[in-house]
Amino acid sequence: MTFVSKPRVHHPNLPTNELGLTRRDYEGSVSTLCAGCGHDSVSAAIVQACAELSLPPHRFAKVSGIGCSSKTPSYFLNRSHGFNSVHGRMPSVATGANLANRDLMCVGVSGDGDSASIGLGQFAHVVRRRTNMLYLVDNNGTYGLTKGQFSATNDKGSTSKKGVPNLYEPIDLVSMALQLGASFVARSFSGDKAQLVPLIKAALKHKGMAFIDVISPCVAFNNHGGSTKSFEFVREHSSSVVDADLIFGQPEITADYAEGTQENIAMPDGSTLQLYKIDANYDPHDRIGAMTYVQKMQEQGQVATGLLYVDPEALECHDIMETTARPLNELTEETLCPGSEVLESINQSYR
Amino acid sequence: MNTKINDFVIRFANVNGSGSASANGMFAKALFRMGIPVATRNIFPSNIQGLPTWFEVRVSEQGYLGRREGVDIMVAMNAETFAEDIDSILPGGYLVYDNSKPLPRELVRSDVHEIGIPIATMMLPEFADPKQRSLFKNITYLGALAGLLNIEFDVITGMVATQYKGKDALIEPNIRALEIGRNYALEYLQAPLPLQVQRSDAVGNRIMIDGNDAAGLGSVYGGATVCAWYPITPSTSVAESFENHSKRLRIDKDTGHKNYAFMQSEDELAAIGIVIGAAWNGARSFTATSGPGISLMSEFFGLAYFAEIPAVVWDIQRSGPSTGMPTRTQQGDLIGAAYASHGDTKHPLLFPATPKECFDFAADALDLADRLQTPILVLSDLELGMNENLSDPLEWDDSRRYDRGKVLSAEQLDGLETFGRYLDVDGDGVGYRTLPGTHPDKGAFFTRGTSRDEYAAYTESPDAYQRNMERLQLKWQTARGLVPKAEINGRGGRVGVLYYGTTSLPIPEALDKLAVSGIHLDTCRVRAFPFGEEVEAFVADHDLIFVVEQNRDGQMRTLLVNELQTDPAKLIPILYFAGLSISADFIDAQISEYYEEHKLARLTEVTS
Ligand SMILES: Cc1ncc(C[n+]2csc(CCOP(=O)(O)OP(=O)(O)O)c2C)c(N)n1
Ligand code: SF4
Ligand SMILES: [Mg+2]
Repeated sequence: MTFVSKPRVHHPNLPTNELGLTRRDYEGSVSTLCAGCGHDSVSAAIVQACAELSLPPHRFAKVSGIGCSSKTPSYFLNRSHGFNSVHGRMPSVATGANLANRDLMCVGVSGDGDSASIGLGQFAHVVRRRTNMLYLVDNNGTYGLTKGQFSATNDKGSTSKKGVPNLYEPIDLVSMALQLGASFVARSFSGDKAQLVPLIKAALKHKGMAFIDVISPCVAFNNHGGSTKSFEFVREHSSSVVDADLIFGQPEITADYAEGTQENIAMPDGSTLQLYKIDANYDPHDRIGAMTYVQKMQEQGQVATGLLYVDPEALECHDIMETTARPLNELTEETLCPGSEVLESINQSYR
Repeated sequence: MNTKINDFVIRFANVNGSGSASANGMFAKALFRMGIPVATRNIFPSNIQGLPTWFEVRVSEQGYLGRREGVDIMVAMNAETFAEDIDSILPGGYLVYDNSKPLPRELVRSDVHEIGIPIATMMLPEFADPKQRSLFKNITYLGALAGLLNIEFDVITGMVATQYKGKDALIEPNIRALEIGRNYALEYLQAPLPLQVQRSDAVGNRIMIDGNDAAGLGSVYGGATVCAWYPITPSTSVAESFENHSKRLRIDKDTGHKNYAFMQSEDELAAIGIVIGAAWNGARSFTATSGPGISLMSEFFGLAYFAEIPAVVWDIQRSGPSTGMPTRTQQGDLIGAAYASHGDTKHPLLFPATPKECFDFAADALDLADRLQTPILVLSDLELGMNENLSDPLEWDDSRRYDRGKVLSAEQLDGLETFGRYLDVDGDGVGYRTLPGTHPDKGAFFTRGTSRDEYAAYTESPDAYQRNMERLQLKWQTARGLVPKAEINGRGGRVGVLYYGTTSLPIPEALDKLAVSGIHLDTCRVRAFPFGEEVEAFVADHDLIFVVEQNRDGQMRTLLVNELQTDPAKLIPILYFAGLSISADFIDAQISEYYEEHKLARLTEVTS
């Protein structure tokens, strides 16, 4: 099958941004994911964020690993190059891409399998290197593309579609990112545009490693009562139910709740995800505090969402390495090749 | 006894980490500076301190650089290996040892000359600090050897002065230790020995450098801007060389910033991922590793092959797995590298044989990777990479431009009606690529593995897949004509010898030896895979070809059979795989034996 891009017919009524572009100019090909998949909401949020920021839509390097989540870079920013690479290795490919041209916005999309299992090592190291990028995980607590096996972000005790309980401790990528030196760490929910879009915008503007863990339910495999990443789970564990437009089955699941409140989201599998939106009193500049906070909430069975930590002053990888301000991929012989005369003196030093 | 000039093998037996390396290196360098061809070999353990290590110098006025069997002079400084070291001396050879303690009687060999020097005893009153004493022991035997072998003393003292420039306090005690050794030799020993050195002009304008250093420098010249790597012997010094040279040659004068990125990654998976990510985004990038790293990188090689991303990978081959003989040389990765990864994949390989070729191939590989949009693997080995060797001086043509291959600029894209990343526009199997961020609305595409059509659109169509695979095969044919040609010499005989990489080192000597017994072979030094037409012709034009290599399974021979459909019967494997480097004696013996066994006709030279 061949997928064609959406026709680029400009709707006269669509608002334009500072570049005179509409949201459609930031879109990608038609998604091939399951209808209602949380990942599509994340792609839409990226489109909206980039359009609202008036970023040139061709100046991105989109990189991903393998998985349903990793397919999504072809569903946004069609004018930019994308690279669907190897399972779990998006971080290294993104690192290379960013080394080659530091002027491009680097957006890496990964899944919980991609980042917390096979790619955990690369995740850890790209974070500690502070590569200047947006690292976004579509976290559905399952391996979507291989049909529903447990992933390492699954909570202990949650059950798979076949009813098998998860016996092992979950890996929390947010806690790891905080510990390993990410200078921007946030968590959100795919269905909560009001929270997710501003977070993506802030992350894109952030210089350095910006990590966002987006809980993004899988409607096909992790949408049953036993899963803690399901829509139902979230909804049921909510203490202050805010207006939420939650629809089971195929349509997209959304959430919209106020700061300082909890939202219980019913996941497609019948379980509920308890989200807690941090409020204005929360200090996002305290890394240790953020680590404690996230852990404490987890202890209470709640998932803290929002901007958990940011350090606008932190150095990014290029600063640390002291590489030239010019993109390395633009340097030519004049800059790169020392020439024959220098070589002659080098020869002499080997005599 | 006849005096033998500039023709011997000397071996130093030391304990790893005892500071012997610099003294031994100075020995070799001194002879080199006297114009005498030397080849050095480190035989070292996978350990930092305490295990036995050997350093061998072959001294050859004729310029034979391959390993020679047998040791003429053994400098035995390691008590632990004393017995086996003494054993390895050729009859009539010399044993140099510290006789501060007497030689155990059972080790005495009547056919070997003993040269005892009371090094420890002499050090005692000279250096108070025991650390200094053990360090200067090495310098003392170097001084003694200068006396014994007639090495020009000011060459050595001059080297000490340059080596410790800035650390002047070290110069004086070093010179003193040298003098102690030399004076002892001149006063108490029969010096010089009948084996000795003499200034020569056989070195010519050659330099002395190891292959890895040359490779790192060549990568600087070739325009690599990203080097990502993970430490593994014997490849580490390729990356280190790139960094060392870049630190001097690639710093922006105004800002002090680096015109390169050097990243030690968390493992080889990340190293190759970074290289591929950088190359996808238009930077020339490379990594250096050894066999175990190649195994880890294999998945990415497949991706880069199908996604058609340039990458340069140096494989400095070594023996076996990490717990095997990681510090011994071998040519054991050919098949693994040639066909690395899943699906129908194959990768061009380059086989450098000299440090100069390491330098040249470093730049050539970057060009080839860009031109062919595929990973290029350069297969060196420990022997070439880590031993200082004579090399023709490195050369660079200032008019040379980097071949960035088929990359479309924004202007070119503007002039195009349609752009298809994987369209074979030129009929050579190589499409045009675009770099991220080039054009506001043209040329962007999504890179993935094989499920795509000529326009990089997602498809799982069987036809599209097959068309793509056939185009990649055409690209492989293109590669045949672009990779370095084999070096072929001969006089149209029926029997030839084919070799590559460091197996080339002992070949001139082996050919001379064989010629003495009437065996004359045409030669083919393969420099790359896929094999060019010249290799195919060489194989076709000879009835019998000895394929000499340093692995157990005859991997080059397998590639020849597999790729050229050669009749295996005419390819006679000559295989050495014990971990040292292959010697002329071995090649001579094996080929002579084959001639003997099969009663092959020999030629006696007719001079007209
Ligand atoms: C080396 C390797 N092993 C296994 C796979 C098979 N595989 C494809 S996607 C996937 C899991 C993806 O899970 P996740 O990253 O969570 O993405 P999701 O589909 O859930 O969005 C696996 C195991 C693969 N592609 N490569
Ligand atoms: S299987 Fe799950 S993760 Fe994959 S597309 Fe369908 S809903 Fe999304
Ligand atoms: Mg998943």
